[in-house]
Amino acid sequence: MGLEILVCIKQVPHPDHFSEIRLDVGSGHIIREGVPAIINPLDRNALEEGLRVKERFSGKVTVISMGPPQAQKALEEALAMGADRGILLCDVAFAGADTLATANTLFYAVRKLGKFDLIYCGNETVDSGTAQVGPQLAELLDIPQVSGVQEVAFVDEKTLEVRRALEHGYMKVRLKLPALLCVTRGINRPRLPTVQSIMEVAQKEMIIWKAKDIGAPPESIGLKGSPTCAAGVYEHKVGRRREIMQGSTEEQVQRTVARLKELGAI
Amino acid sequence: MSNSGEIWVIGEQRRGRLEEVSLELLSKGTALSQRMGVTLSSVLLGDEVEEIARELVFHGAEKVYLLEDARLRYYQSEAYARLLSEVIKEHEPQIILIGATEIGMELAPKVAAKLRTGLTAHCIDLYVGEVDDTPHLIHVVPGWGGNLVMHIICPQRRPQVVTVKPGVLPKAVRDENKKGKIIRVKPDVRDEDFRWIETVEVVEEPPQGKSLESADVVVCGGWGMNALGDFSRVQELADILGGVVAGTRPAMDKGWVEEAWMIGQSGKTVSPGLFVSLGASGAMHYTTGFMGSKVVLAVDHNPQAPIFHVADVGIVGDLREVLPCLIAELKKDRMPRKF
Ligand SMILES: Cc1cc2nc3c(=O)[nH]c(=O)nc-3n(C[C@H](O)[C@H](O)[C@H](O)COP(=O)(O)OP(=O)(O)OC[C@H]3O[C@@H](n4cnc5c(N)ncnc54)[C@H](O)[C@@H]3O)c2cc1C
Ligand SMILES: Cc1cc2nc3c(=O)[nH]c(=O)nc-3n(C[C@H](O)[C@H](O)[C@H](O)COP(=O)(O)OP(=O)(O)OC[C@H]3O[C@@H](n4cnc5c(N)ncnc54)[C@H](O)[C@@H]3O)c2cc1C
Repeated sequence: MGLEILVCIKQVPHPDHFSEIRLDVGSGHIIREGVPAIINPLDRNALEEGLRVKERFSGKVTVISMGPPQAQKALEEALAMGADRGILLCDVAFAGADTLATANTLFYAVRKLGKFDLIYCGNETVDSGTAQVGPQLAELLDIPQVSGVQEVAFVDEKTLEVRRALEHGYMKVRLKLPALLCVTRGINRPRLPTVQSIMEVAQKEMIIWKAKDIGAPPESIGLKGSPTCAAGVYEHKVGRRREIMQGSTEEQVQRTVARLKELGAI
Repeated sequence: MSNSGEIWVIGEQRRGRLEEVSLELLSKGTALSQRMGVTLSSVLLGDEVEEIARELVFHGAEKVYLLEDARLRYYQSEAYARLLSEVIKEHEPQIILIGATEIGMELAPKVAAKLRTGLTAHCIDLYVGEVDDTPHLIHVVPGWGGNLVMHIICPQRRPQVVTVKPGVLPKAVRDENKKGKIIRVKPDVRDEDFRWIETVEVVEEPPQGKSLESADVVVCGGWGMNALGDFSRVQELADILGGVVAGTRPAMDKGWVEEAWMIGQSGKTVSPGLFVSLGASGAMHYTTGFMGSKVVLAVDHNPQAPIFHVADVGIVGDLREVLPCLIAELKKDRMPRKF
């Protein structure tokens, strides 16, 4: 018995270094050389949720990530937080994926892994932040899903009542397992790895799969499986006055106040 | 681009009230439909919402496909996604516009995945343009770095689906003389749609006090406020100007503002009379959140900061000097003159 839990994690550039990141003008891909990488912050909340459910009902937590070889680091960190097994989906054939192709890749891996009772995702990533992968994956798996999850209560072992965020309030949704939940940052405080748990990482299972290992058809993954594509990066032109005030601080401030008055802003 | 296939705006209503973003999508939809010579339609799901369907017509929809059922009163994840994808399959629109609300952001990827088609998130603009000499619908999204946007296209699969953040586009003009057809579609709502997932309660209250979206002055602090240690000076400036305090993402991460007061792609979009940006570099993800402001004032000590490209008035200087001075000057200004 026990629950089979899957947590999807993405390795992302560290937000403190965002100013060093550029978009490749041709491909629209992120250039992040030399920028330290971390687990997408909300994916830690997702993992924490998974670990708590496991602690309550017993079970197994698998973490999965599609990404370059260095994404294994993110999975190892998740193992150090307490996950039982890591799966890295790593193949050049996965590269250039849009969200549908990303969801497809995860779908084929889940299909190969077998049944899960609960799948957790972050609501969105900090680097491209579409918030689309979770709902798309759920749809491909044909299981119920909720975005913006703030709170989860078990009505019984097979039924959840979830509170999800709305603009000025919330919505309560009841759903049956298996289900996929996309969590927000208020849901919990992710734990830190302990010395003990870090030592255990080496004993844990880490699987690396390529496209053929999960039986993903080439036309449904990577660039080929992506209905959307980048068509360049451009400067955004806005019609602003761009007047930089001159003089000492006092003069700049006085001129600013005068100018704002002329413009009717104050 | 094809001249067959309608453009669809998904109307979003909550408990019988139309979300404003639907009207914003209709203004863009009208422009695109005229440019492409195709029909602009809207789809609306709900219970007893014909009046809202008429509003969609008054704002530019030439047709409204109306799906009414008592069980569609609230957004219902599976029922809404299934019914929507079925009307889409039947009528084959080529473009679908959805508001990037909390609900739209969940519904759009579900529908797009059911249709195995492309979905672009958080567009700030849409227009017909050429890529490699072929006309495409260009989806403009915020890119990395200051002032950079990325163009996304969906060359083959149809329909192409996009979400647009509320508050970014202007609203369509209401005209009660506009004529449009309301087409009733009998929704085939099934028990099964609610077996695995069901919305059981919706609680929404309009915010108390001054809301960010309706404020006439927004004073937004960025990471640069670290130099002053906290946000008290931001608050002071906002108080003098009769405005509200907001922050960038690093300011929120730091705990200076709550998530609901973050400006930008992942936060709120505002269009006040005056937007003041203090110690924020001007990343596109941030600046998209206040593009519609009437006047923008920026303060930053880096003259190269991209924020100055999107400002009307700029002060290059250290916030530790500029901010107290600006506050003092405004205080002086607000004092009643003696003679
Ligand atoms: C500037 C920019 C804009 C983009 N816009 C679009 C767009 O509009 N439409 C589009 O289809 N693609 C877009 N992409 C491509 C998109 O970034 C990739 O498909 C990416 O792999 C997943 O999207 P995300 O980071 O937005 O994930 P989100 O949907 O925000 O991720 C939500 C959750 O899904 C899980 N997850 C996401 N990625 C992975 C992964 N690789 N491995 C395991 N779990 C994962 C995590 O739990 C994560 O928290 C864009 C890329 C860039 C650089
Ligand atoms: C998908 C995605 C979505 C995002 N969504 C958002 C969003 O919704 N909102 C958001 O804000 N960000 C968002 N971001 C992050 C965004 O890209 C930037 O990283 C962020 O806006 C930077 O915030 P900042 O300008 O406060 O900090 P920084 O970029 O660090 O800028 C700080 C500025 O302060 C100046 N400064 C420092 N000290 C002083 C001083 N003493 N006096 C004067 N000036 C000083 C510096 O010169 C600098 O220009 C998003 C990113 C991604 C990838």
